[in-house]
Order: sequence, then structure tokens, then C-alpha cells
Amino acid sequence: MKTDWRERRHRWDIRYAPYAYIAPYFLLFAVFGLFPLLYTAWVSLQDRNLLDGDAATFIGVDNYVQLLTADPYFWNAMGNTLSLWLLTTVPQILFALGIAQLLNRRLRGRTFFRMGVLLPNITSVAAVTIIFAQLFGRDFGLINWGLELFGAGRIDWQAGTGSSHTAIAAMVVWRWTGYHALIFLASMQAIPTSVYEAARLDGASAWQQFWRITVPMLRPQIIFSTVIATAGNMRLLAEPLLFNPGAGAATGGSDRQFQTAALYLYEQGFSKFDFGYASAIAWLLVIATVLITGLSYLAARRIRTD
Amino acid sequence: MKRTPTLVGAGLLAAALVATACSGGASDGKTRITIGLFGNFGYQQLFEEYEKAHPDVDITDRTASYSDHHKNLAAHLATNNGAADIEAVDVGYINQFKANPGQFVELKSDVKDRWLDWKWEGSLSKDGKQIGYGTDIGGLAICYRRDLFEAAGLPSDRDQVSALWPTWEQFMATGKQFAAKAPAGAKFFDGGPTVLNAIVGQAPTGYYDKSDKIVVGDNAEIRKGWNLVAQGVADGLSAGLLHSTPQWNTGFKQGQFATLACPAWMMAKIKDQAPDTAGKWDLAAVPGGGGNWGGSYLTVPKQGKNVDKAVALAAWLTDPEQQAKVFASAGLLPSAPKLYSEESVAKKQDPFFNNAPVGKVFTDAARALKPQYQGPKAGDVQTELGNAMQRVEQGKQSPDESWNQFVGDVKRLED
Repeated sequence: MKTDWRERRHRWDIRYAPYAYIAPYFLLFAVFGLFPLLYTAWVSLQDRNLLDGDAATFIGVDNYVQLLTADPYFWNAMGNTLSLWLLTTVPQILFALGIAQLLNRRLRGRTFFRMGVLLPNITSVAAVTIIFAQLFGRDFGLINWGLELFGAGRIDWQAGTGSSHTAIAAMVVWRWTGYHALIFLASMQAIPTSVYEAARLDGASAWQQFWRITVPMLRPQIIFSTVIATAGNMRLLAEPLLFNPGAGAATGGSDRQFQTAALYLYEQGFSKFDFGYASAIAWLLVIATVLITGLSYLAARRIRTD
Repeated sequence: MKRTPTLVGAGLLAAALVATACSGGASDGKTRITIGLFGNFGYQQLFEEYEKAHPDVDITDRTASYSDHHKNLAAHLATNNGAADIEAVDVGYINQFKANPGQFVELKSDVKDRWLDWKWEGSLSKDGKQIGYGTDIGGLAICYRRDLFEAAGLPSDRDQVSALWPTWEQFMATGKQFAAKAPAGAKFFDGGPTVLNAIVGQAPTGYYDKSDKIVVGDNAEIRKGWNLVAQGVADGLSAGLLHSTPQWNTGFKQGQFATLACPAWMMAKIKDQAPDTAGKWDLAAVPGGGGNWGGSYLTVPKQGKNVDKAVALAAWLTDPEQQAKVFASAGLLPSAPKLYSEESVAKKQDPFFNNAPVGKVFTDAARALKPQYQGPKAGDVQTELGNAMQRVEQGKQSPDESWNQFVGDVKRLED
């Protein structure tokens, strides 16, 4: 009888213990993820000052209507976010593929280089941004110095739309390429060498092997990286915020030329103290993230696997 | 082997995760008072002095940039968590905070006589609650580089320099003279927004009227100043640097500009940013006379744990005696008028600025100062105006286009 009880407990344990193990994540997610998300949805339906929650009034979807139909700065911020999405995600994945391919060779001090590519990622984003802002400085920046050396003119990186986006994209790409490269490298090593040997026998060049074998075999990882990069890009805040830190940092440049959607949210919430409006932006951003992640998933899935 | 029930283990793990998230810090028996500041308040020595006199108190300060500091404070007040025991608030933000006086400890008015009337009223809420003790006021002067003036063939003596520009028009005319013979890479002023701020600070009415309506779009005086600065920018007098950015800081070290609109607190900034330029600077009168830009208050958020001791410290730090020390060490202009006639203040000279009589210049400025009403979102309006001038400087828009966009932008602040 005793063994019977033990047996039952054992089965019960095997069956339900996994749920208990994953429970902490979901508990924490419910507290720190789901609750804020739902609370934000509630706040987004109010006219609410950040400092004076008691005086909030329920106004339904007014904030959303205002944002979508009468707020050119919101659309400007969304446009900047999309532009930065294109400028960061595509180079990130391409560079990461190339670096992973190089790291996959027999190199002296392989581990050193492999860990090295992750270094930018563990560096503080604030430090990275401040250094890059110096590099892209108008008067004494290293990059303008180089441009001048080659006879090209100086660029006021922060003033222009294209130039500021390029500079911010450079920070993001520099920081995240190594991370994706390591993921690609891990799965490259799982591709059986026999496939390459067969291809070589058929006379495939290294270039052909890369595009016809390696890339299609990495499809799941490329999809994963695209999704991660997209989601991260939709939250882009620190880089544009610190790119030109002065009194007007939250506006993302004199004409909001590099104000991302997350930065616009920050401006509305913490400069104008318009908590309800900022919450509505947060929710529109959630929806946009889901949409764009879905699109990039579909795009990445089109990599052929034949 | 005994099989440990894994379920219990997982449950404990979850409990431990939640528990570690809310453990507090220990203390050493002293009362720790935190103070949130931005920029240089010149308080370091005062903290040590206070700690010596009050062995049970330990003061910890944290300094952030101007906009980070105020945004963090707003977030801490909104979540009722994380604010320092004492929080400094600049005039650009005080109106937004005093609109919700319930977040702050109401300070007693028994020491009201310390301050200039308008300084006291600046942090008084509509229903008569005092939320902040005044620290410094801005005052205005022009800091200029003697060496660059000499190189451009202009007089470098401060009285002669002051005589060059009784008005802003003459200031710009001097700028053209400077530009004609200036050393390579040196412009006349740092950036349009800084000059414009000084001009705005002199107008009887600034961004708001007294009923909290934004009137800057129809303010003829500010529009006149706008045109003047925009013309100066078009004449190539501006280095195109936005104040308080890293590029601006580099500009000091590289001598990119010869003049700078200087409220008293700006001098501490110059010393912090470019200690190597000591002696090259000097101080002249501001065109147009008088004017104010900036100045701060110390507030005590209600959420603090040591409210009484924090109030005591805030009162001590803003006592005229301490304000005089801050003026001596960091040059911040006191808001306590009784100091203006005291010798230690009125006679003060500053070796960094070629022994300029900073005491006389700024106490004169403080006496000539006519307070300007600051509305609820004065800080945001100032940002928009700075952005607008920067658009002109960056060649993105014509002065008229940029002004029109500015008027639209500030209208959005009201609704």
C-alpha cells in the first residue's frame, strides 16, 4: 500500500512538475508583463496627467482617434521607426551571416574571436551611444575627419533625416550583429559536412555553397533573428535619446528627424506628463510590433529550402 | 536513493524569486538623506559641514542631466516610489510640479523673508501651499573670451566690451566686426537658442500670460528677438551648438565661440567643462540690461522616509549664510536679497574670469531683474523654441517657416 502511494506520487510528480518549473516565468510575466500591459490599456482610455492620477477622466478611444487622425508627429515617429527598422534589420542579418561564416573556419584562437563578437552586445547601450555620438560629431567627429581626408565634405549627422538614421542604425547594427552571428554560427556547426562534400563533388563554388546550402539550412535561425531584431527595433529609445542629449533630447532632433515611436511615447509621458496619451501610443506600438514581426516572419520564411 | 519531490523544489524556487525581488537595504544607524540634483549646485562642502554638525545624518547626492533629472522626478512622483528625500526643481519645471502640491511636503512660511518676493511666489501653488525653498536665481551677463576678442581686433577690457553693446542690435553689429577678423574656427556666439533664451529672459512677458495661456506666438518682443538672432545666424555669427550637449562642451575646449549668454549658474558650467580656459574668460554686461534665465528650488517629496530631517536640511541649504558660501565657491547667484549688500558677495571677484567683479555684476543684475511669469510648461516651450532656432541654424527651414511651426508646436502643448 505504501509503495502504491509512492508510485502514484511519482507519476503525479512527473506529470505536473514541469508546469511548476515553468511557473516562475509565467508568474513573473503576469506581474511584470501582463498586468502593466492591461493597466496601460486602461490608462490609454483616460485623459490623465502623470502626476495627478486622481483627476483622471475616462474618455474612451479619444486618444487613439487623436493619434491616428490628427497627430502628424505620431506618424512622423512611426515613419522614422520603420526607416530605422529597414536600416538595422537587413544589414544586421547580412553582416551576421558573413561573420558567422568567417568564424566557422579553422582559426587560431577561435574561442577568443567567437567571444569577441559578443562584446559589443554586453557593453552598456548608453556608453555605446555616447561614443558613437562623438564619432558622428559634426565638428570634431572621427568620421567627418575621415570623410574630409578623402575629399568628401563634412556631414552634420544630427541635422539630416537620412544622416541621423544612418548614425543611429550604425549603433544598433554594431551592437547586435555579433549576437546574431553567434546564433548563426551555432547552427552552422550543426550542418553535416557531407552535404558540403557532395556539393563540392558536383562542382559548387564556395559562394554557391554558402547561398544554396548554408543560408537555407539556417532558415529557422534567420527567422528567429529577424523577429528578435524587429521587436527590439520597435522599442528603440536609448540610441535616439542619447544621440543628441540636451534640453530637447526627447524630441529627437530639431525637427523630430530621428524621433522614434518609443521616443515619442517618452516625450508625451515624461515631458508633457500626458500619461493617457502616452499609454495609447504604447498600445499602438504593441499592435504595430505584432504586425511588423508577422511581416518580417513571412519575408524570412521565403528563403528557399530546396 | 531518495527521490526529492521536484514539485516542492520548483515551488520554493518560485517563492525565492519573488522574495529576493523585495529585500531592502540595511543601514548603519545613521539617517540617510538623499538629494537629487542636476548640474553643479556647489553643495559638496556644505554636505560635509552639515554631516559634521549632525553626526546622525548621512547625505547622499545623485546628479543627473537637466532633463533626465526632472523626468525621473515626475516618474518617481507618479509611482509614489523612488524619489530622493530632497529634489531640486528648476524654474522651467516648477510650475508643472506645483500644480500638484499634494505630492510635496508643505514648507513653513516662517522663513519667507529670506527670499526675493517673486522667488518665494514662484514655487507657491495656486491654493497657497509652498513646495520649494529657493536656491539660486539666474541673473544675466555675457561671458566672453578675451583672447579671441583681441585676436579679432576688438577691445578686451570688460568696461569697453560692455560699452560695445547697450542693445542686442549692437551686440550683433559687434559680432559682424568680430567675424570679419576672427581666428579660424571661432564664431561670435555658441548658438542661436542660447542667445534667444537671454533675450526672452528680459521681456516683461515671456511664454505665458498670468492666466496660464501661452502667448509667445503673439509676443512682439520675442518675435523681434527671434528675427534678430535669425539674422545673426544668417550672418555666420553662430557656432551652431546647442547648449548642454556634448558638442557644446567640446566647443568650450576648442574655443569655437567668443561669447556666451551667462546666467550666474552658467559660469560654474564653463569651469566644469573647460578648466584649461581659466583666465581667458571675462564678464561683460548683458545687452538690454537685467533679465533672468534659470534658477532652482529645493522640494521635499512626501514619499520620502525622512521628511522632517529633509525639510531641516533643505532649509539649512537655502539659508542666506549657505547661499553666500555657494556663491563664493560655485558662483550661483543667491536668491536672498540681504546678501546683495554684503561685502563678501558684492565684492567677489573670480580669477577664472580674469578677476571679473562677478559680485557686482550679478547683484546689479539681480536688483535690475523684473520677474517674468513662468507658465506650467515653460520648460517644454523653451525646448520647442530652441528646436525652432536650431532648424534655422541647420538650414532646414527659413526663419518664417520655423517660427510658424513653432507657434503650432506650442499650441499643441495647451490641449
